[in-house]
Amino acid sequence: MSIFNGFASLLQGDYLHAFLGGMALTLELFVISAVLAFLLACVLMAIRLVPGRATDVLVSAYVEYHRNVPSLVQLFVWYFGVPQLLPASTQNLINDNGGEVIFAIIALTLNAAAYVSEDLRSGFRSLPSGQTEASRALGLGYVQTLRKVLIPQAIWASAPSLVNQTLGLFKTTALAMAIGTAELMYITRQIEGETYMTFQTFAVASLFYLLGSWAIMLCGSLLQQRNQSRMAR
Amino acid sequence: MLDILHDYGPLLLIGQYPQGPLGGLALTIILALVSLIASFPIAICIGLARTSSIAPLRNAALAYTYVVRAIPLLLLIFWTYFVIPLVTGYNISGTVTMVVALVVYEGAYLGEVVRAGINAVPKGQVEAARAMGMSYSQCMRKVVLPQALFNMLPSILNQFIMITKNTSLAYLIGTQEVTFAAYQINNQLLTQPFQVYALLAGFYFVLCFSLSRLANWLERSIERKRAGVASHRTNSEAEQPVLLGQAK
Repeated sequence: MSIFNGFASLLQGDYLHAFLGGMALTLELFVISAVLAFLLACVLMAIRLVPGRATDVLVSAYVEYHRNVPSLVQLFVWYFGVPQLLPASTQNLINDNGGEVIFAIIALTLNAAAYVSEDLRSGFRSLPSGQTEASRALGLGYVQTLRKVLIPQAIWASAPSLVNQTLGLFKTTALAMAIGTAELMYITRQIEGETYMTFQTFAVASLFYLLGSWAIMLCGSLLQQRNQSRMAR
Repeated sequence: MLDILHDYGPLLLIGQYPQGPLGGLALTIILALVSLIASFPIAICIGLARTSSIAPLRNAALAYTYVVRAIPLLLLIFWTYFVIPLVTGYNISGTVTMVVALVVYEGAYLGEVVRAGINAVPKGQVEAARAMGMSYSQCMRKVVLPQALFNMLPSILNQFIMITKNTSLAYLIGTQEVTFAAYQINNQLLTQPFQVYALLAGFYFVLCFSLSRLANWLERSIERKRAGVASHRTNSEAEQPVLLGQAK
């Protein structure tokens, strides 16, 4: 019975307010980073398609850095490291506008973009070369061919792994607590420290993450079904 | 940056050892290795349960996998830190907490690797083994698992890289591995955070990048080997594990 009383006192007033704020910031980090990462990944993939060794080396160095260094360390490099390289006025500007949120979004975006661009690239490689030739023969320019013909198909082809990356990003947002971003994980620790209701606070956070992740997985399998029926047509 | 490496290199590599406890990159590698080895039996059980013909077993393994995949590793670590003393009555160190959390976490992901490996072994082999009078456990132990695990070596190595990167979270519960060492160094120097954390990133990069090259090489040579054998057996399509939502 005491456990349920605990839930009741957590889910009202200030604590409820704090939880909702944390969840909102988690979702904000997730949505903003996901959208930005996707756009950046498209750009990265387009750069990689440009013939030439220098651009290829540059993009693959970017990808390898983000794949072989822990996300937590990437967050630290941005939050603790990068401000040192900026002039003092810029540092103050960032700190006045919530540096921990800005740097969390930057780090999460760059990290996810590296993975997504690799997925798009392998989606790309699965396209037959006749697609490019046909659209060029029809008079589409290079950028148009990419934007209207190749990228949409590459996205469809790599949809399953894109869903995986989305799920990964959703869970990675929890690491932002390490630089003091007041997202759900940070709030959970804070409320736990104040109330000592460890089980209840963790249960609330777990429920949120479970529902969020399962929603993403569900979207993924619906997308997969639609994709298969598209292919069958 | 070189002078930081010169002054604090040993702290990053082995912590305060031999004056104090072993730490730094050495502890990172040990944590990752112990977690990988300890999660192996669980992963094999999960893999077997998920390919089992017994429905309750299959569903239980499925539920475990889907719950573990859905929550962030960090939350799992905090749960472990809270639950283990409650259940066992002993307070445990950050290092033990980290290993337990990683084992629970990896059980789900590595279990999926094992499942994919088992599914990739051609059905005819199981049928042949059973027709020769082998029991289920004999068939698994002597025919299916050895092949499945060999073919899954690159994926297992990739999981090891994931674990290595995930051990950085141990810093948040006060384990003195390499990320913690960098944090200490940064607190002493105060003026060069970029250099310190870039150095830390470099350490992880060298370790994980060389491991991932090794995994690539292994994958290619196993593929070559399988391609050589494939002329004799036609339906040996490699099935890659789908590792839903792996944290990076």
